[in-house]
Amino acid sequence: MDISLQEVEYRYAAGSPFEKKAVENVSFTVSSGECVAVIGHTGSGKSTILLHLNALLKPTSGSVVIGDRTVKAGRKEKDLKPIRQKVGIVFQFPEQQLFEETVLKDICYGPMNFGVSEEEAKCRAVYWIKQVGLSEEILQESPFDLSGGQMRRVAIAGVLAMEPEVLVLDEPTAGLDPRGRKEMMNMFFRLHKERKMTMILVTHSMEDAADYADKVVVLHKGKKVHEGTPRELFSDAERLSEWGLGVPEVVRFQRMLEAKAGRKLPGICLSIEELAASFSELSGGKAT
Amino acid sequence: MMEKMIFGRYIPADSIVHRMDPRAKLIFVFAFIAIIFLADNAWAYGIAAIYTLASIWMSGITVRFLISGLKPVMILIAFTFILQIFFAREGRVVLDLGFLTIYEEGIRQAFMISTRFLLLVFMTSLLTLTTTPISITDGLESLLNPLKKIKFPAHELALMMSIALRFIPTLMDETDKIMKAQMARGSDMSSGPLKDRIKAVVPLMIPLFVNAFKRAEDLATAMEVRGYRGGEGRTKYRLLNWHIRDTMALFTLIILAGILSWMRFWL
Amino acid sequence: MSREVISLDSITFHYPGSEQQVLKNVSFSVREGEWVAIVGHNGSGKSTLAKLMNGLYFPKAGSIHIAGKKLEKDTVWETRKHIGMVFQNPDNQFVGTTVQDDVAFGLENHGVPHEDMVRRVHSALRQVKMDDFLNQEPHHLSGGQKQRVAMASVLALQPDIIILDEATSMLDPTGRQEVISLVRALKQEQEMTVLSITHDLEEAAKADRLIVMNQGEVYRTGTPEEIFELGDELVSLGLDLPFPIKMGNALKAQGVPVQGQHLTEEELVNELWTSHFKK
Repeated sequence: MDISLQEVEYRYAAGSPFEKKAVENVSFTVSSGECVAVIGHTGSGKSTILLHLNALLKPTSGSVVIGDRTVKAGRKEKDLKPIRQKVGIVFQFPEQQLFEETVLKDICYGPMNFGVSEEEAKCRAVYWIKQVGLSEEILQESPFDLSGGQMRRVAIAGVLAMEPEVLVLDEPTAGLDPRGRKEMMNMFFRLHKERKMTMILVTHSMEDAADYADKVVVLHKGKKVHEGTPRELFSDAERLSEWGLGVPEVVRFQRMLEAKAGRKLPGICLSIEELAASFSELSGGKAT
Repeated sequence: MMEKMIFGRYIPADSIVHRMDPRAKLIFVFAFIAIIFLADNAWAYGIAAIYTLASIWMSGITVRFLISGLKPVMILIAFTFILQIFFAREGRVVLDLGFLTIYEEGIRQAFMISTRFLLLVFMTSLLTLTTTPISITDGLESLLNPLKKIKFPAHELALMMSIALRFIPTLMDETDKIMKAQMARGSDMSSGPLKDRIKAVVPLMIPLFVNAFKRAEDLATAMEVRGYRGGEGRTKYRLLNWHIRDTMALFTLIILAGILSWMRFWL
Repeated sequence: MSREVISLDSITFHYPGSEQQVLKNVSFSVREGEWVAIVGHNGSGKSTLAKLMNGLYFPKAGSIHIAGKKLEKDTVWETRKHIGMVFQNPDNQFVGTTVQDDVAFGLENHGVPHEDMVRRVHSALRQVKMDDFLNQEPHHLSGGQKQRVAMASVLALQPDIIILDEATSMLDPTGRQEVISLVRALKQEQEMTVLSITHDLEEAAKADRLIVMNQGEVYRTGTPEEIFELGDELVSLGLDLPFPIKMGNALKAQGVPVQGQHLTEEELVNELWTSHFKK
């Protein structure tokens, strides 16, 4: 399923003396099966864009096309549930949305809201709890007795059990330790690869954008300032710093090395292994 | 709608009213509430109204701003006015439509009660519009201080108020966030039968309470490690300064009280 | 030799109502002027250490000394005066309604006279470069700014040591950078003693000494260089290696000769340059 934003503008508290424009003229398309990263400094309008992806906010001007539905400014929308079922959002610190007595009930909450039978929802819960790396026994426990990391996984299972076609992730690894972070991102990436699940990653981690995204959309002060592949984007460190963003560590290191050596590697490297290989090729002839 | 309301909001400015000691303003408002009940005829209300308008004028806030910002309250006042007209059944009949009768006393009562209500709302709004919530808290603590002798928890009350003030915006944001998260999971709080809507509030309230308790615990720890052990032996960062203008303001209020009592008891 | 500000001696601890030993025989000390980082994955017991050091809980066995005084129920208020703490959640430690009220809160508690208080509030906020935000309310500040205010609140109390309990883990990269460089500056300019509890290796790499926690025990203690020698062992403890070390390892795997470990990118660049490009 494709999602396409067309000249989206959003003003908070529109029509009051406290009106504030959050985003302006933002257009981009997320095609089915893609992984798109939306990056930007805090206050760039990322969070506002995120809320448009499943019609939690309606643009004050422009429109958002979500699959076969169009959410247009100024038009009253009825029955947004099908949209919300197709586009699942994992919010930042999703463990804060848990509320049921048991993990099982909490995971079933989403699917059952979308008309899935209780039996089917339970099946899904059993399936997804394992997919997020937890054991089935945990389903009978209270979510509030779990560790922070486990709670986060339960909350994510709750969104995945809705079986959305598009998964939107808002800083899914915030606050996790390095291992937790790696496991979490690998799990999402596996879902994306194996199930061709469309993924939208809202983040300020340049590393995650470099590692996982097919396309990166950069927002700055409520406007889209760039759209392209990570490789394109990170070749231009100067422009990134204008937007208050950095480059991945590996790119920064490559630039440092190139500056010192006075010569360039053939292309920009997005991973440590790639850079090591590229460097060894370059220096190989020389060192021996 | 809430965004346009000014009830309980502070509007930063620099007028003589803004600069007054919060204690003076608090005494002023409470005394005014008592004094206004002395008025029992149109003339007395007229004088009280002039006094109120003068106070508003000195704060640099326009009456128009007040009225437009207090629209919902105005509707309430209009409503009480109508109710009063119909309920009082004394005096000369002014209008008889068969199914309802309007008496002279009804009109008189309606005017007086709604004017009283209006003036009270104006004066209390004037307090909140010109005083930061934290100053109001400080003023209240200072005024209630003598009551500590009878074990009244003045300091705790003030601290609770100031923490509440500090966390209101945080909790509002959090409510919004959790509501959006549950809506993304298919919860529907804005349509359907009342029973379903009440049920839909549970997934909002539970996380909100759980998080609030977590915050409270964290905050208690943070306060403790910064040496908080209750009001005993604490000094104050914010000092309150009583100026001559504060005494003057209360003095004018005494004059008003004098005039209104004279009109009520001797005239 | 400088004095010990904090010392823990064979601490054992489990939470009330739980059998599980959260800390087992933990001993270490922090000397005046040192920056020590306690690292470990989530659940390694490192945050419990902070709760013991501020007397929120008391160890089941072993003893804690703060500035030479034993931490016990009777001395807890006295020992707390020596410690300043910055916690993880920027919102949940902001007590005042404005920036200056928040910094003043601790001073008010300690009965500091008004004039002195005003001076200390302003100077603490200057040190963290938040003196332009005196009357700002917390919900208008970024996470990094709130943590800087929390630092100012601590500095105003002039403690012997600052404990940062995962103070950067909820911040965005900018905020994290703000806080880390502030700690560095304080350390350099004022020889502040710092104990940071973290899983951020970038933060830890800047410390003088690292204590690695695993399963409630001290796994290893040493300089960052010594600790990062552990390589994949650290990764198996749920931690990560700083970028220059990972880069160096990857180069070695490609057959590029790299001597030893480098903790900074500059060092690694210099070595690569010397061995490959310098004529």
